[in-house]
Amino acid sequence: MAELKYLLFLGCAIPYRIASYEISSRKVMEKLGVELVEMPEFNCCGLPIDSVNHDAMLVLAARNLCLAEEQNLDILTLCPGCAGTLRKVNKSLQEDKKHKQLINDYLKEVGMEFKGGKIKVRHLIQALVKDLGLEKIKEAVVKPLTGLKVAEHNGCHVLRPAKYIGFDDPENPVLLKKLIEATGAECLDYMYETDCCGAPIIGVNDKVPLYLAGDKLTNLKAVNAQALITVCPFCHMMFDINQPRIERLLSEKFGIPVLHYPQLLGLAMGFSPKELALEELRVDATKILTIS
Amino acid sequence: MTEKKLVTEAKPSRAIKTGDLDPKFKYEISKVPGAENIKLCFQCGTCTADCPIARFSDIYRPRKLMRMTQLGMKDRVLSSEALWLCAACFTCVDHCPQGVEIASVLRALRNMAVKDGIMPAVFRELTSNIMKTGYAYRIPELRLKKRGEKGLPPLPKANVEDVAKLFDIMAVSKASKREDK
Ligand code: SF4
Ligand code: SF4
Repeated sequence: MAELKYLLFLGCAIPYRIASYEISSRKVMEKLGVELVEMPEFNCCGLPIDSVNHDAMLVLAARNLCLAEEQNLDILTLCPGCAGTLRKVNKSLQEDKKHKQLINDYLKEVGMEFKGGKIKVRHLIQALVKDLGLEKIKEAVVKPLTGLKVAEHNGCHVLRPAKYIGFDDPENPVLLKKLIEATGAECLDYMYETDCCGAPIIGVNDKVPLYLAGDKLTNLKAVNAQALITVCPFCHMMFDINQPRIERLLSEKFGIPVLHYPQLLGLAMGFSPKELALEELRVDATKILTIS
Repeated sequence: MTEKKLVTEAKPSRAIKTGDLDPKFKYEISKVPGAENIKLCFQCGTCTADCPIARFSDIYRPRKLMRMTQLGMKDRVLSSEALWLCAACFTCVDHCPQGVEIASVLRALRNMAVKDGIMPAVFRELTSNIMKTGYAYRIPELRLKKRGEKGLPPLPKANVEDVAKLFDIMAVSKASKREDK
């Protein structure tokens, strides 16, 4: 098997609150034979301050890209926000020579230069589908999750804007579904499946995101989804950590466990719930373990 | 510097006086990378119709923000709370028949509001965190220590000197420091 090797870009949200995503991703990737190289240092991808100062976002992103260029390794991220940002900046700075020069003028002050065109940026599921391939994932499944009915929530920046991302069809995404089906579980359709979870604005207005995520949970309940599968730390916070809050707000009980995709895959690959940090989830996920 | 307040759009809308409009505003915005196509918006309303935030908010209407920008309602747009409600999900960007990158136009407007001293507290906090730690969130020491117990490698320390230096040159530090008044 051809060696797959990436520089792991962790971003800020995962070490801040979602260790279970990192733990399960590392376990699964190692067993799949994918090597994850640690970054000696990195900074925020830049996305959180795009609204404050666009050029500062570009500089932060480009600085991370420079670190990867130095190592001559493609970047793998678990967060769609980081992936989308680094991918977009990697592409747009290469195309816009004038802006690249401006950003490099800043970077020169810290002894760096963004070259462009040297490395690629992948989100976890993009790497699994495009680089490793669904067949390899199916081969790794030893305990198929037959009988389990789940649904997916992609995370906007894995899909959109289509012209920068070019991964799956944003109107009818199928690749995460295929990844889920590779575990033996069934992946259900539901209303407003491709809608955003609302997390990015929760610091400005919490009601709108809670109602939005609540609407998605209502639609998931309507199709009897036994779990929701996410691939983003922010979506995960919205649906898992905030689920009790949403239940109070809507006076409705959901109790829908929210698993990171590598947790689901890990179960099918024979890891124990403990190894995949399933106990760290806010909404109890043990009930799905007895289903399959 | 006194802090400016975000304004929730008054309903019903106040009458617009042409003297309050800035006819050059849309050209200023269209110079920002990503926001070029603001002039092409023909008000079809697709962005608002497909926006998940607009479905649950009474005040957030991306089409309206595009129109206000075209008309040059600079002060009202830059002080509007609605400006900060876009979740950057990019649904509208994929759907706009005129190729307007709505989310990028809004980002250009937000950047301009920040220059005028208007930004929600959360962005000030994120900026200050990045400047001081390299990361957007303040990760508690205990959590960093626990990584080892969980079998995770240590989180590297970010190069804070580099980040602070870049923020200084780009005058980002100034924007975030207003909290320390
Ligand atoms: S979808 Fe595009 S053209 Fe239509 S109102 Fe929105 S920005 Fe304007
Ligand atoms: S990018 Fe912003 S305006 Fe457009 S659909 Fe998403 S939240 Fe609404």
